[in-house]
Amino acid sequence: MAIFSVYVVNKAGGLIYQLDSYAPRAEAEKTFSYPLDLLLKLHDERVLVAFGQRDGIRVGHAVLAINGVDVNGKYMADGKEVLEYLGNPANYPVSIRFGRPRLTSNEKLMLASMFHSLFAIGSQLSPEQGSSGIEMLETDTFKLHCFQTLTGIKFVVLADPRQAGIDSLLRKIYEIYSDFALKNPFYSLEMPIRCELFDQNLKLALEVAEKAGTFGPGS
Amino acid sequence: MSRQANRGTESKKMSSELFTLTYGALVTQLCKDYENDEDVNKQLDKILFSNFLPRGYNIGVRLIEDFLARSNVGRCHDFRETADVIAKVAFKMYLGITPSITNWSPAGDEFSLILENNPLVDFVELPDNHSSLIYSNLLCGVLRGALEMVQMAVEAKFVQDTLKGDGVTEIRMRFIRRIEDNLPAGEE
Repeated sequence: MAIFSVYVVNKAGGLIYQLDSYAPRAEAEKTFSYPLDLLLKLHDERVLVAFGQRDGIRVGHAVLAINGVDVNGKYMADGKEVLEYLGNPANYPVSIRFGRPRLTSNEKLMLASMFHSLFAIGSQLSPEQGSSGIEMLETDTFKLHCFQTLTGIKFVVLADPRQAGIDSLLRKIYEIYSDFALKNPFYSLEMPIRCELFDQNLKLALEVAEKAGTFGPGS
Repeated sequence: MSRQANRGTESKKMSSELFTLTYGALVTQLCKDYENDEDVNKQLDKILFSNFLPRGYNIGVRLIEDFLARSNVGRCHDFRETADVIAKVAFKMYLGITPSITNWSPAGDEFSLILENNPLVDFVELPDNHSSLIYSNLLCGVLRGALEMVQMAVEAKFVQDTLKGDGVTEIRMRFIRRIEDNLPAGEE
């Protein structure tokens, strides 16, 4: 999956649509016996590995599930605290699944507004008048592409750095938005997009972009 | 590109009459909705008039995104450019006609769009009891809504209407001001 996520941000900086489409991240499930040779710590409502990296379990990975049951932040499904549970030798052997923690929807909302502000700062920093704002942000593991329409809506796509044709994908997403979100009379402007057809067509467009590498004139 | 062009002409051939019929149904329904109110006799047409504007406005704010997505025009920096884009690109794309632009005011902030034929009224005659109804006022609302989304406050009104016996349909557009609040980043 070379395209990781799509975010749509409205004029005020609020996130109105988000889609994640990457393959499940590297997760490792192992059975442990007491005492645990990993050092766990509580951080930001999650239980993370602080030290003791081995076998695919890396520092920074979060506890995702215990004995097959998903954990909810720092609490297990039945309400007990994870650290307490793991500190009790009677509960062993225990099977724990570790993986990179997923972003919660609140975190995504915050990130979208932060990006909106950075975008505005970016265009103000420009030495030239009328700069476009952040169009691309490049890191070693992904590239973030952003397209702002004349009406102030931003379409943001996170993709593999080698993925080509994201510009035309962004235009295509704009068209899909103007078709399936705006022409739906039950959709109010600037509100979160909850239109089935928009979802479906967006996913289709992502698939086409990944396969073709680009949107040619024939599409 | 070719697929988009095909889609445009095909759908126009199929749906221009459907569109005219739909618009007509909208008008008659509004007429019926307000017919029973004795108090607003003379005001009837004015209310209908003022009711089209909000409806057109709602269409306009959504249509602008569709227009920008498909036409790839950049931001217009003066009213003349705006007038050109409206007449040559937008009207052509949505109604299949190209109105002409005339009657510029000396300050360059007002102009007229002259429509030789108005597809909305292809098969329509105004009956006597609705002689002051501005049938195509939806268009003014659409123009106003669409331009407001790209930070331009304008006023649009009909000065001539073929339905009332004039030779052509004329829409007068006036630039009020640029909307400075909520500008997208980079547009200041």
